[in-house]
Amino acid sequence: MRIVAENLNFTYNKKSKFAVDALKDVSLTIEEGSFFGIIGHTGSGKSTFIQHLNGLIPVENGRLTVGDIDLSGKQKEVKKRYKELRAKVGMVFQYPEYQLFAETVFEDVAFGYRNFFPDAQPDEVKTAVFGALSLLGLGAEYLDKSPLDLSGGQKRRVAIAGVLVSNPEVLVLDEPVAGLDPAGKNELMALLHKLHDSKRVKTIVIVSHDMDEVCENCTDVAVFSEGQIVFKGKPEEVFKNVEQMNDLRLGVPVTSFLTDELKKIGVDIDTDFTQKDFIEKIASHYKNNK
Amino acid sequence: MLSDVTFGQYYPSNSFVHKLDPRTKILLLIAYIVMIFVAQNFFGLALSLLFLAVAVIFSGVPFTSILKSIKGIIFLVVFTALLNILFYAPKEGDTHLFWIIYLEGLFSAGFLALRLVSLVMGSSLLTLTTTPVSLTDGIESLLSPLKLIKFPVHDLALIMSIALRSIPTLANETERIINAQKARGADFDSGNIISRAKALIPVLIPLLISAFRRGDELGDAMDARCYSGSKVRTKYKKLTFGVRDLVAFLIVCALIAGVILFNIYGAQLWALIASLWS
Ligand SMILES: Nc1ncnc2c1ncn2[C@@H]1O[C@H](COP(=O)(O)OP(=O)(O)OP(=O)(O)O)[C@@H](O)[C@H]1O
Ligand SMILES: [Mg+2]
Repeated sequence: MRIVAENLNFTYNKKSKFAVDALKDVSLTIEEGSFFGIIGHTGSGKSTFIQHLNGLIPVENGRLTVGDIDLSGKQKEVKKRYKELRAKVGMVFQYPEYQLFAETVFEDVAFGYRNFFPDAQPDEVKTAVFGALSLLGLGAEYLDKSPLDLSGGQKRRVAIAGVLVSNPEVLVLDEPVAGLDPAGKNELMALLHKLHDSKRVKTIVIVSHDMDEVCENCTDVAVFSEGQIVFKGKPEEVFKNVEQMNDLRLGVPVTSFLTDELKKIGVDIDTDFTQKDFIEKIASHYKNNK
Repeated sequence: MLSDVTFGQYYPSNSFVHKLDPRTKILLLIAYIVMIFVAQNFFGLALSLLFLAVAVIFSGVPFTSILKSIKGIIFLVVFTALLNILFYAPKEGDTHLFWIIYLEGLFSAGFLALRLVSLVMGSSLLTLTTTPVSLTDGIESLLSPLKLIKFPVHDLALIMSIALRSIPTLANETERIINAQKARGADFDSGNIISRAKALIPVLIPLLISAFRRGDELGDAMDARCYSGSKVRTKYKKLTFGVRDLVAFLIVCALIAGVILFNIYGAQLWALIASLWS
C-alpha cells in the first residue's frame, strides 16, 4: 500500500484561544516496501501526522490516500472503511505497554484479531495469536501470564504482538524503542528488520529521536519542524545538511558528523552514512593514501 | 474531544476577576448562590444574572466558554423543567392553558431552569478564572477555623488540589488509550448499551492501572522531598485582601439588598409594568 499525503493541514482546538497548527501543508509519499523514518523535535507534529494514517484523526484539510482508500473523501464513506483501514495499517503508540488490559497475554493479543475478524473460529484466533507472539520471540510459556507481571521490554513486545496479530500491511510505530535498554533497543530494531525483510509487514514507518537509529535502519526519512516537512529523501541526502539539522536541534548521525569534520581537514569521503559503509570508506581511504 | 471539558479548566488571563483573592471569589460565589435562591421572582434572578454578566465581561472569559459549561447539565435542566410543568399543582386563579398545563406551571419551570443554569454558569466562572492551586488555597484559608476542632483542613485541601489537577491529565490519558484501542479495532460507537459498556473495559482497566501508578509515583516524589502536612509549613503565595476585594464585597451586598427589595415589591413591579404596557 502506498501512502500519499498532499497539503495536509490540521489544527487542534480550532476556533479557540488554544488553537495549535499541528500540520501545515504536509505533502509526503510513503512507498510500499520502504522502511520510513519520521524525525523532528518535540511538538513538531509527528504523532499528529501518523494518527491521520489510520483515521484516528480525520482529514480536515488536504488529501490523504492509503492504498485504495481515500481518507479525504466524504467522512461518512470514509468511516465505513475505518475497520478495514485499521486492520491494514497497524499502529503502535508510544509506550504501548500502558494499553494492556486483559487478564492474560493470550487474551490481550487476541483482542485486536477478534475485533477485526469477528467471525473467526477459536483455532484461527489461536493460530494468529501464537504466530504474532512467536514473531516477537515470545514462546508459549507467556500465554497464560498476566501482562502486568512481565518486564517492561516484554510488555512492549506483547503490545506490539497485539497489533501485528491482524497481519497489517503497514506498521506504524511511535518511538518504539523509547525507554528500552541498549540491548533491548537493538533486539527490537532487529525484529522490525526481520518483519520487513520477510515481507511479513511490507511497509514500516517509525517515529524516532535517534538519528543514528534512523540512519542505520531507514530507507527514507522525513524531517518535521513546526508542523512542516523541512527535509525528505534518502538518509544519505538528508543527513548531509549538518548545519541545518543542528539548527533544528536534531543533530545528525555520528557518521555524518565525522564525515563533515573530516571534510574540514581535507579528507573527503563519499559514504551513505551507515556505519558499515563509513568504516569501509575510511579503511579504503586509509589504504589508498598510505 | 475529552479535553474540551470546560468545567474545571482554567482560562488564563490577567483580568480584574482573575486577580481577586480566591477567598473573595469563593465568598462571592456563595453570595451569588444565596442571591439566586433568595430571589422569588424574575426580577431578582435578572439582577443576579446581570451581576454574572458584568463579572464575565470584566474577566475577559468568552461567553461561549461559560455557555459550554451548561452542556453537561442540559439534560437535568430539561428533565426537571418538564416534571415541573407536568406536575404543577394549580392554585385558585391560575390560568389554565390546555390539558394539565398551566401558565403558572410554565413560569415556575422556567424559573427553576434559569436558577439551575445560573448556578452552574456562576460556578464555572470561578473555576475558569481561578487556578486549582489558588482555589484550594482559598478553601483551606476559609476552612481554617475548623482546625480548632482538629479537622484536617490542610490534608483536605491537598487532596482537593491533587484531584483537580488530575482531571486534565486523566482526560488526556483516556484519549490516548481510546485511540490505542481504536487502532486495534475497538468500536465505541455502535451496538446496544451492554456491548458499549463492555467496550469500555479495555479503556477503564489501563486507565485505573495508570491512575494507581501515578498516585504511587506522586506519593514517592512527595516522600522524597520530605513532604509532611505539618503545621510549620509556610506558603509560597500569601493571600491578602485588597481594595479590589472590598469593592467586590460592597457591590454584592448592594445586590443582595436589591434582590430582597425585588422580592418584597415584585408584585407591585409586575403591576407597574403591566400598566405601562397597556
Ligand atoms: N490533543 C491535543 N490537543 C491540543 N494540542 C495538541 C494535542 N496533541 C498535540 N497537540 C499539539 O500539537 C503539536 C504537535 O504535537 P504532536 O504530538 O504531533 O508532536 P510530536 O512531534 O509527536 O512530539 P513528540 O516528539 O513530543 O511526541 C504540539 O504543539 C502539541 O502541543
Ligand atoms: Mg509524539
